[in-house]
Amino acid sequence: MAKITYIEHDGTEHTIDVKPGLSVMEGAVKNNIPGIDADCGGACACATCHVYVREDWLEKTGTRSAMEESMLDFAEGVEENSRLSCQIKVTDELDGLVVTMPESQH
Amino acid sequence: MSEARVVIVGAGHAGGTAAALLRQYGFEGPIALIGEEPIPPYQRPPLSKAWLKGEADADSLALKPTEFYAEAGIDFRPSTTATAIDRAAKTVALSDGTTLPYDSLILATGARAIALPIEGKELSGILFLRTAADAEALKAAVGPGKKLAVVGGGYIGLEVAASGRALGAEVVVLEREDRILARVACKPLSDFFTDYHANRGVLFELGCSVTGFVGEKGRVTGVQLADGRVIGCDAVVVGVGAHPNDELAKDAGLECARGVVVDLDARSVTDPAIFAIGDVAHRPMPIYDRMFRMESVPNALEQAKQAASAIAGRPRPAGECPWQWSDQFDLKLQIAGYAFDADEVLVRGDPASAKFAIFHLKGDLVQSVEAINAPPEFMMGKQLILSRRPVNKAKLADPSISMKEVAA
Repeated sequence: MAKITYIEHDGTEHTIDVKPGLSVMEGAVKNNIPGIDADCGGACACATCHVYVREDWLEKTGTRSAMEESMLDFAEGVEENSRLSCQIKVTDELDGLVVTMPESQH
Repeated sequence: MSEARVVIVGAGHAGGTAAALLRQYGFEGPIALIGEEPIPPYQRPPLSKAWLKGEADADSLALKPTEFYAEAGIDFRPSTTATAIDRAAKTVALSDGTTLPYDSLILATGARAIALPIEGKELSGILFLRTAADAEALKAAVGPGKKLAVVGGGYIGLEVAASGRALGAEVVVLEREDRILARVACKPLSDFFTDYHANRGVLFELGCSVTGFVGEKGRVTGVQLADGRVIGCDAVVVGVGAHPNDELAKDAGLECARGVVVDLDARSVTDPAIFAIGDVAHRPMPIYDRMFRMESVPNALEQAKQAASAIAGRPRPAGECPWQWSDQFDLKLQIAGYAFDADEVLVRGDPASAKFAIFHLKGDLVQSVEAINAPPEFMMGKQLILSRRPVNKAKLADPSISMKEVAA
């Protein structure tokens, strides 16, 4: 299990155990955490699971795929540390990961 | 607020999401979630794609873990249907003999696959793809050496065809019209998909009329065509559209028009205590200034948000651009909007490169875009459709100009 902290745009924190193998998006959705919509269920087709990865975790969460990059390019409020959380696979390595959510998902 | 009772009839993507959102939005009253299927809400789109190919398991399909419902105080009742609504008494009668009172009722009964009323339809091996159980039966029927006939060249049929080929089956698609996707896509897109599938071994019979199924010992062995030919097969998938499950609403006197007629809060125009969301709703779509029914997950989610917001006393969520997606082989198709009243079709990029987009324009407004492996066109198209901002067509037609510049 990896402990992941999801921080809503208003600052509300949710720390939960996520099973390795799931995506960071699935961890949030299956625990009914607000702020990650994930309309397409993880097909990298919608950009409604946008999160900001806390800087100290950027290396461990890896890099954006080409498809993810071009989806994010058109999402709102994109920053250097933006990722689509459906594209980050949870591993034991990610125990302690902190992500924050944008104001809204489109 | 804490005394209000919500009953949700239908535990698909729409109903399951509405229940979860009510809790996210702080609604504390009792919620009952009535599901016809034996399992908790799950995602249907992967059934014809990742799940069929064995790349996703049942756990990953589930919207929430099974224990979520009890933990969230949601009274989930599987294998149960609603049989009648008493609007005066504000109660719903269920197939298990109980009657539930409600303050707000959400109808999320979805749509059902249309069956062909033709000879041999009762043979085993004639399958549909709507539920997880349907998908189990289909998965068991496809594999190396098997021959699958797909009746209907729509998106479901093509996804099944692609997955069937990936699993090593022979696949033939039988389509009544003279091109696939005839009702939902323009000719350039039909042609592209036909070629792409044909090059990967999918056979097509276009402009053919299916008149019956033939079988041996109760099991289907072929599809009978009007021209006399029989297309041999081990199994058939029928994907010729869906019909909304609006009978419960009709029987209760709610206004229906192939779907329950609702407003921008997903509330029935007949009864303010009743909402309808997802495939069963006939809803307004202000960007097109018309009402219609959609069969897509994003629509189900948008309406679940509308109904949950109205019930929990939150402001109405901002309108969204309708969209949908399809995965076939290594293609990612993303569609935004609907081509209502379009007077021009503009192709951006070269279909031969399998990376292009088709824009449907009404004057200089984008009505819809079909994007093949082209996320920028999809994402920017969505924004253009929603904002109703005119677009420079010369720039749009030139793929060397970025979508950001086109929309600037």
